[in-house]
Amino acid sequence: MTPFRFERAGYVAEAVRAGALPSAKFLGGGTNLVDLMRETIERPEVLVDVTALDREIVASENGGLRIGAAARNTAVAEHRLVRDGYPVLTRAIVAGASAQIRNMATVAGNLLQRTRCTYFYDTEGSRCNKREPGQGCDALGGFNRIHAILGASEACVATHPSDMAVALAALDAVVHLRGASGERSVPLTEFYRLPGDSPDIETVLAPGELIIAIELPPLPFAAHSTYRKVRDRASYAFALVSVAAAIEVEDARIKDVRLAFGGVSHKPWRAFAAEAALRGKPANEASFAAAIDAELAEARPLKDNGFKIELARRVTIATLTELTGERA
Amino acid sequence: MPITINGREVAAPADPRVSLLDLLREDLHLPGTKKGCNQGACGACTVLVDGERILSCLALAVQFEGRSVTTIEGIGTPGALHPLQQAFVKHDGFQCGYCTPGQICSAIAMVEEVRRGVPSHVTGDLGAETIALSRDELRERMSGNLCRCGAHNGIVDAIEHAFAGVSA
Repeated sequence: MTPFRFERAGYVAEAVRAGALPSAKFLGGGTNLVDLMRETIERPEVLVDVTALDREIVASENGGLRIGAAARNTAVAEHRLVRDGYPVLTRAIVAGASAQIRNMATVAGNLLQRTRCTYFYDTEGSRCNKREPGQGCDALGGFNRIHAILGASEACVATHPSDMAVALAALDAVVHLRGASGERSVPLTEFYRLPGDSPDIETVLAPGELIIAIELPPLPFAAHSTYRKVRDRASYAFALVSVAAAIEVEDARIKDVRLAFGGVSHKPWRAFAAEAALRGKPANEASFAAAIDAELAEARPLKDNGFKIELARRVTIATLTELTGERA
Repeated sequence: MPITINGREVAAPADPRVSLLDLLREDLHLPGTKKGCNQGACGACTVLVDGERILSCLALAVQFEGRSVTTIEGIGTPGALHPLQQAFVKHDGFQCGYCTPGQICSAIAMVEEVRRGVPSHVTGDLGAETIALSRDELRERMSGNLCRCGAHNGIVDAIEHAFAGVSA
């Protein structure tokens, strides 16, 4: 691990001031960053501990929910307002990592965790444009079973590893940011970038900008939502494919729906095309199949990950069937 | 501000790169907490911080000033085993024993999470106020602690017997 200076931020302005140095990084629970520093993939010269900042989870005046950036993943998952109003978020969080890691990890840190692409981690033997821009991508022609089928580029085929962010993408979450030039808010679906020619730049965060809170807008039918994750073992593994879904059915027709996928792209993939195809249609398997096919029309398989297309299709249909079935 | 470790106050390391795990093992000579993968994948380094289970390998020690850390050395001694340690012996909850301190610390905090009503991946009803510690719940909640000897069945038996009847 490269030596660094450790600083503790007691309030947001202090964090933003300390984080303004070009070589500074913010530290949450450390569950990803400490590992990346040990691997020398991340080499900050200043580490600004922001875990003492806002961690409150409170109902907003408009009926939504505001989650402080330093809230631990467990605290969000177990919160009564989340379990009752946004069960997809609780389900997504407890589908990720282990209890120990969820106790440590913050919400902002979860959003900013980096890919688990094995070529990204292989500092000794692999080329990676995300780790070393311009170097090339060994995953593209390598063993790419876990890689992206949507929105990838020649430069990068990595996926985003978060489960929580997939639920937040489905829920129209807004990310509140504070930087040297003030405060701004970005919808989570616009917070992440597709890799394009610069996969090392993963979000729209300006240098030194700090996530201060996540806001969930009111979405009454999100009380009827869930998260389904398919992985290589029953627990404690990253998603091959995951689906976050919320649906509102009226007179056997789909009145409104939110759908997002994990494990398939460089970012949590909000399925806008599928949602548009579903609205107004009968709540049955034929509608679900047509909608997912519309979304996956632009999917591009690599050598080893073509199975993800059929898997995403099946998991989506199963999830929507579960939400609209008799148990609903 | 010092870090309290098993009731004893200790100064945080001068070098912020030192993990909580290395502070325990190398500086304080508390080798009960084990270094398995050192990258958050195995759970062998699990300790309790203010009663909550965390991975000490991914934790920078300086972040724990003012907090109270409990390691396996603070849970039981050879002459006075914790009831869960006794249950691990009785139910063959280990072979080589390397993952055991992490398993014990993890399970002690896991039971508190169930009492508190924290849901897991296999919890059916998120609206329920109480969660019963079924075998499925127990296995899912302990999935962050790997045992490469394959003693998982004994581990589940031991935890189940030591904490029989626990629910939220």
